[in-house]
Amino acid sequence: MRRMLLLTVSLMVSAAGFAAENFPRPEFTQGEVLPPTTTPPPRAEIFSLVDVAVLGLMLALAAYFSLRQRSRANLVLLALLGLVYFGFYRHGCVCAIGAIQNVGYALGGNGYALPLVVGLFFALPLLFALFFGRVFCAGVCPLGAAQEVVLLKRVKVPTWLDSTLSMLPFIYGGVAVLYAVTGSAFLICRYDPFIPFFRLGGTDLMLGIGVGVLLLSVFVGRPYCRYLCPLSALLRLAAPLSKWRPQITQHECINCHLCADSCPYGAIRPPTPSGEKYNRRAARRSLGWQLLLIPLFIGIGGGLLRLSSPMLARVDYRVRLAETLWLQEQGGASQTTTAPPPMLEAYDNRELPYALAYQRAIAIQKWFDTGAWALGGWIGLLFGLKLVGLMLRRRRETYSIDPGACVACGRCYSVCPLERSEGDAGEPPVVARTA
Amino acid sequence: MADKVIHPDEKRVITRRQFLGHCLRGAGVLAVGGLTGGLLHAGAERGDMVWQIDPSRCIGCDKCSKSCVINPSAVKCIHEQALCGYCNLCFGYFADQRTADTPGAENERCPTGAIGRSFVEDPYYQYVIDEPKCIGCGLCVKGCKTFGNSSLILQVRHDRCLNCNECAIAAVCPADAFVRVPAKTPYLLRVKNT
Repeated sequence: MRRMLLLTVSLMVSAAGFAAENFPRPEFTQGEVLPPTTTPPPRAEIFSLVDVAVLGLMLALAAYFSLRQRSRANLVLLALLGLVYFGFYRHGCVCAIGAIQNVGYALGGNGYALPLVVGLFFALPLLFALFFGRVFCAGVCPLGAAQEVVLLKRVKVPTWLDSTLSMLPFIYGGVAVLYAVTGSAFLICRYDPFIPFFRLGGTDLMLGIGVGVLLLSVFVGRPYCRYLCPLSALLRLAAPLSKWRPQITQHECINCHLCADSCPYGAIRPPTPSGEKYNRRAARRSLGWQLLLIPLFIGIGGGLLRLSSPMLARVDYRVRLAETLWLQEQGGASQTTTAPPPMLEAYDNRELPYALAYQRAIAIQKWFDTGAWALGGWIGLLFGLKLVGLMLRRRRETYSIDPGACVACGRCYSVCPLERSEGDAGEPPVVARTA
Repeated sequence: MADKVIHPDEKRVITRRQFLGHCLRGAGVLAVGGLTGGLLHAGAERGDMVWQIDPSRCIGCDKCSKSCVINPSAVKCIHEQALCGYCNLCFGYFADQRTADTPGAENERCPTGAIGRSFVEDPYYQYVIDEPKCIGCGLCVKGCKTFGNSSLILQVRHDRCLNCNECAIAAVCPADAFVRVPAKTPYLLRVKNT
């Protein structure tokens, strides 16, 4: 299937034509000097390696500030540096969030070779998360920094809503990867809310999304990170495996819940009520049922999205083009035009047989048929696992950080009364103990 | 930090949870490293990729001047002089509706007057693009392609291009003309530049 797609594309390339040389170059009596055709080179490759070096250095610093030094001030400074460098200086490209799509695009074939820099931008934040938690979010990501600094009037998101919305990054990530693998579109880049600010311009839609998200993040802590960012989905999976992770305090927690109040991201879980009685047997049976239901969810999700795969595929302009050509050939072009007319002009201009466009569209549609199954199954799996997760009970004696949700912002370090008394040779103050 | 006395033997004890954690982390490192490494290995010799317009596909539709994230667009017209026919009546230069075959805004195709015309020898004229004036609308490209040698082409200028991950023009290009090319050969000219 992929081979057919490649063949089709290569055929289209070879069939492309220029205007014939209608007017041969004249022979001048006096030697005519050609003015040079200027071709300024792109940014030298060495600079993209500088980007990687900056990324690595900042990740290391973020890990040091959040885990060793436990300094929120330094983390914020580092994040602002990231905002300036990766955001305003590098205009938001290359970015670790978007790199997910490049990996998908390269996986799908598409004649695309993953550049070294993009590969490292994908891998480094994840590898760091596997050892130090989400330090990328804390001190490197320009989108995170932008939301972090505008959070002024905090509104607590109810736990049920937060928990439901935090499934969105997994779904959005799945959709984005599907469109990247098929080579249709890079949705994460297209709807990146902060890109118009970094570039000081953009389409009305992008600006609208940007202003909306920025306004929202004045009241809700990091809405993009928590409820949309596909990289946060991957980091959420990686961070709980981390070897070292942020800890509210090294002392014995006195359960004063100041840390939980300080966390704008709902990442601090309260202690579980003790002495709660429940029927273990019934709970176990119920859990068994939930586990059995997962394949059913996968099947339902996959089946449903498979039904809508023609609709999903129409986002791809190559599919829309084939549709338009088909309608045109049937003589009904005036009835429906789903692709803008220049597409037709482009096709006629190159004198390509329409069959090529049909073949290509069919190949893409096949990709989408399989992809829609996988995406639907993925969403079903998420729902199934979510339900199982709701069933599971974890005992927590004290307030503790959920490493998947924690973006290592460092707020809780400074509000913990046990941490404030750092000078007193590690002995917690009496006030805090009796409180 | 509380100094907890740890028995020398206690350090070596590894709980089941810790062991599982180590295994999962190892698996994670292998997965991320393997995926990225494999993909990088497959395209090892290619290096960075940049956007470029395949001039054989370009239809000069004027999307380039409007859709680029920077203004004026990173796309500009390039004149491949070696292909030029030095026509007296250049269709890249003169508009279809003109009052006379002489320079002047009312007779020129270029909306910004970015094409300079100079006499070489009878009956040949040379055309040079004034790049700062060019907005990449492609009107001259279309004219030259329809009637002439196609020596005027649109190209992404890499001193201007931000190399966005998803090129905003590529997303709307009706002719499928935007392609990623290796950064080592960033232009798609028909004649090797000297």
